[in-house]
Amino acid sequence: MKVVVCVKQVPDTKGGVSFNPDGTLNRAAMLAIMNPDDKAGLEAALRLKDEYGAEVTVLTMGLPKAADVLREAIAMGADKGILVTDRVLGGADTWATSTTIAGAIRNLEYDLIITGRQAIDGDTAQVGPQIAEHLGLPVISYTQELKIDGDKVIVKRQYDDRYHMIEAKMPCLVTALAELNEPRYMTPGGIFDACKAEITTWGRADLKDVDDSNLGLKGSPTKIAKASDKVRKGAGTKVTPDSPEEAAQYITDRLLEKHVI
Amino acid sequence: MDFTLSKEHEMARQLFAEFAEKEVAPMAQEVDETETFPKENVEKMGKYGFMGIPVPKEYGGQGCDILTYAMCVEEMSKVCGTTGVIVSAHTSLCVDPILTYGTEEQKAKYLPDLASGKKIGAFGLTEPGAGTDAQGQQTKAVLDEATNEWVLNGSKCFITNGKEADIYIVIAVTGKIEKRGKMMKEISSFIVEKGTPGFTFGTKENKMGIRGSSTYELIFTDCRIPAENLLGQKGKGFNIAMHTLDGGRIGIAAQALGLAEGALEKTVAYVKERKQFGRSIAAFQNTQFVLADLATKVEAAKLLVYKAAMKKQEYVTNNKVSYSVEAAMAKLAAAEIAMEVTTKCVQLHGGYGYIREYDVERMMRDAKITEIYEGTSEVQRMVISAALLK
Repeated sequence: MKVVVCVKQVPDTKGGVSFNPDGTLNRAAMLAIMNPDDKAGLEAALRLKDEYGAEVTVLTMGLPKAADVLREAIAMGADKGILVTDRVLGGADTWATSTTIAGAIRNLEYDLIITGRQAIDGDTAQVGPQIAEHLGLPVISYTQELKIDGDKVIVKRQYDDRYHMIEAKMPCLVTALAELNEPRYMTPGGIFDACKAEITTWGRADLKDVDDSNLGLKGSPTKIAKASDKVRKGAGTKVTPDSPEEAAQYITDRLLEKHVI
Repeated sequence: MDFTLSKEHEMARQLFAEFAEKEVAPMAQEVDETETFPKENVEKMGKYGFMGIPVPKEYGGQGCDILTYAMCVEEMSKVCGTTGVIVSAHTSLCVDPILTYGTEEQKAKYLPDLASGKKIGAFGLTEPGAGTDAQGQQTKAVLDEATNEWVLNGSKCFITNGKEADIYIVIAVTGKIEKRGKMMKEISSFIVEKGTPGFTFGTKENKMGIRGSSTYELIFTDCRIPAENLLGQKGKGFNIAMHTLDGGRIGIAAQALGLAEGALEKTVAYVKERKQFGRSIAAFQNTQFVLADLATKVEAAKLLVYKAAMKKQEYVTNNKVSYSVEAAMAKLAAAEIAMEVTTKCVQLHGGYGYIREYDVERMMRDAKITEIYEGTSEVQRMVISAALLK
């Protein structure tokens, strides 16, 4: 069984956010981690490795620095890592990203592709399903449980108020929720091996069946008008009215002042 | 000379720090207050290979270097001194002598379970009358030639991982030898397994710090162990013990370093929050200067600890290399710095620093032992000066 896991290096929420002049993220300047949903997807794949001896390939698209998440994945137990990196691929939106990743995956053999539901930087939840569309595969999103039964996957697909149990024949793609599992830690020996491991690096020329017009910033239909960091709120005013009625009156007065009501 | 950590070491630190923050820190206060050995976390550390970091892969270890091991002890100790010493005593005082002096059979028998944390290791040298003066050993081992067994009698005290361990390195007197015209005790070392008839535990020590580490007296009463459990050559036990302690000192130095770093981190956060006279106490020059001095000392300790770890790594590939002085310097400096840093961090916390809910209180109590065990600061000075004046 061959599993491809797509992971993304995202800004660490503990660090600051930095933008390029064109409004895209300046990833080189930020602390980075493996996207949490993707890490859960990787853990799901590693459990398939533990149980069925699945071969786990981890793939990412990004700056050369994104090789770090591949090494982390290998230190957790993945078999190999592929980095798709090229200047012409920079500034990609979800369409250009999924086109690129699909172009890379066309070079690989796979039974199952796992992506995270969404990345904590873009929060679009589009790339996984789009990859499946490009590759003509069935997709099951929001995976909270994943089982294998012969040549099928059985997935518990989570909604806010209910869940679906869905079966799909492999090859297929599932998108994982962070709640799917508790990802394992790396091991010290795994880290030492991962740092020696060769990371396969692919550029534009290695992508199969993709058109330049669908790649990078130029191939991205999304145009960013403006981007900004979260605006910090002031400390506010603390009042301690004597009764709930007075408190309600106070709030109502302030809202009236601001013409909210 | 390059002070930049390699990619491997950066990633290892990230791993240990994440594990310490998620798994170890939430338990630290309870471990201290209730004197509970953090069994679940030790099992988890075993699962992730933390109990066999410098053990070669062929014996089920991680195949990493001594610096990685020291960094593990350091990161655990940043949040919990107890957890740091459990890893240190297990690795430096039990795994390391088996790896260094064990026969192929002993290594194959003991190392895989120790490296995976299925079994915990301990080391018994200290006796009521033999602490710093290791030659004062009273525990005896006599070979019963009829059964080909060593018969152990005596007791060991203050043994870290005492009752929780499964495999013990025990130092005992096996006879007398003449050395430079004087009759001296012949000392040998042994591997003793928990559950061996005649091997029991005495009192549990009620300690000032590292309260979750299981510190017990070991008692041997006609305890029979197979002849093949002699570790290294007969009569070489003293050298084995001293060499083992050289390595142990790097672990304890890393523990002291971690405690100092942990206390400093907590204090930097605290002084920014705590307000007096209408501003945060970080705005006062006294706070700034004290913190500057502490950070400088912590960095100095770190360089000594990492240097000692790298020197021991040189020994791993070339056993002609000695790391005894480097280890003594690292432990002396790191332990005294840990004591100073934690004490001053308590002071910067004011009254809150004296309260159990604040981590620096525990860290200050934990730091004290680093000046005492595995060779007091005075012993480290003896080792360093002896090398200077030889």
